[in-house]
Amino acid sequence: MTERDDGMNRRKILECMTWAGTGVLWTITGGVPASLGIIDEAVAAPVKGFTFLQISDSHMGFDKPANPNVKRTLEEAIARVKTLPLKPSFMIHTGDISHLSKPSEFDDADQIISHAGLNVRYVPGEHDLLDEDQGKLYLDRYGRGTKGAGWYSFDDNGVHFIGLVNVVNLKAGGLGNLGNEQLEWLEDDLKGRSTSQPIVVFAHIPLWTVYPEWGWGTEDGACALGYLKRFGSVTVLNGHIHQVMQKVEGNLTFHTARSTAFPQPAPGAAPSPGPIKVPDDKLRSMLGIACVTFRQNEQRLAIIDTPIQN
Amino acid sequence: MTTIKILTRLLVAGVAAAYLHAAAPASAEEVAVKIGNFTFGPQELKVKAGTTVTWTNEDDIPHTVVSANTFRSKVMDTDGKFSFTFTTAGTYKYFCSLHPHMTGTVIVEAQTGSVAPQQQ
Repeated sequence: MTERDDGMNRRKILECMTWAGTGVLWTITGGVPASLGIIDEAVAAPVKGFTFLQISDSHMGFDKPANPNVKRTLEEAIARVKTLPLKPSFMIHTGDISHLSKPSEFDDADQIISHAGLNVRYVPGEHDLLDEDQGKLYLDRYGRGTKGAGWYSFDDNGVHFIGLVNVVNLKAGGLGNLGNEQLEWLEDDLKGRSTSQPIVVFAHIPLWTVYPEWGWGTEDGACALGYLKRFGSVTVLNGHIHQVMQKVEGNLTFHTARSTAFPQPAPGAAPSPGPIKVPDDKLRSMLGIACVTFRQNEQRLAIIDTPIQN
Repeated sequence: MTTIKILTRLLVAGVAAAYLHAAAPASAEEVAVKIGNFTFGPQELKVKAGTTVTWTNEDDIPHTVVSANTFRSKVMDTDGKFSFTFTTAGTYKYFCSLHPHMTGTVIVEAQTGSVAPQQQ
């Protein structure tokens, strides 16, 4: 599959294609706020595979100057889903569905996201656990069939998906946290699995340390990644930081998705990680969705970040 | 949590409450802590026992203040406030449970005399 360039100058894109283990195709942008094309003519012929979608950080209920209409931008993101050349199998939402965990905020998110017509798998962000009972509301809505604070795994098209929760029981001065119970479950979940099975792990806060000064990392993330090291293809998808960031470490590929609500500054680029107000005509280029494609036989995965508006 | 711990805490709370009643007239001090740019200002605060500290969130993102076994605010959206009266001397470390890299300390000194020194 070759994504259209939409008039974007290829020279403006920094392309990095890395083969690691059984092969993970990795691409990154050089800060170009446009769809990122996977340029690989050798496999441009139609291949069997499947695509799933990631959306993140909808923040229903947020109404500050950085984006006074988060419902509309979520609607536009979902409208974008319908224009994708390959219909996704399903969608994952990597948390912060709501801003303040109000039932009406979850209602708005569910109502808008349902227009995509896709099955959605959720993990919570810290903004989704702010009800009196610290997460009961989230679990009642999205937690059916999950363990603990809402973690679970499932298989789809031969890929093993693992949804983790790293926004519970955060410790003073620390980062995101998985906790021993979840780590033990993860170790057990992976036991006996073939190392050739592609793994996708998704959680709200980055599992790798992006910028600890702003809490952008997971305290015991390295332990989880340790269990995953023996697998040939591991993709870690996160949200929380409202911007695209990628890294490859051996067989592990890390990727964070844009928010559909408001952008946040690059690490250290502002006094705090709070929402940044950009000119109205620029906002939609900093919000968006991520599309992840597996190609069978190729054992590789392509992540395409698509802004709401180029 | 053990029953003994709970009982101890209740006892401490009871004693503290009694103490507060006795000391209340002399210690009606109020101190403000601002939450801005994901930091508490001031980050470290020294107060006399009986002082009420009020946190106000001036960020565009919600925050909380949580001190283990002492207080836990509800979520404070922009301009949201939370107050807590410190009745017992000690060092209280607290943090934002949403953004745990945000930490602060309130040091509470015992009320020595019947009249608290008026600061400010």
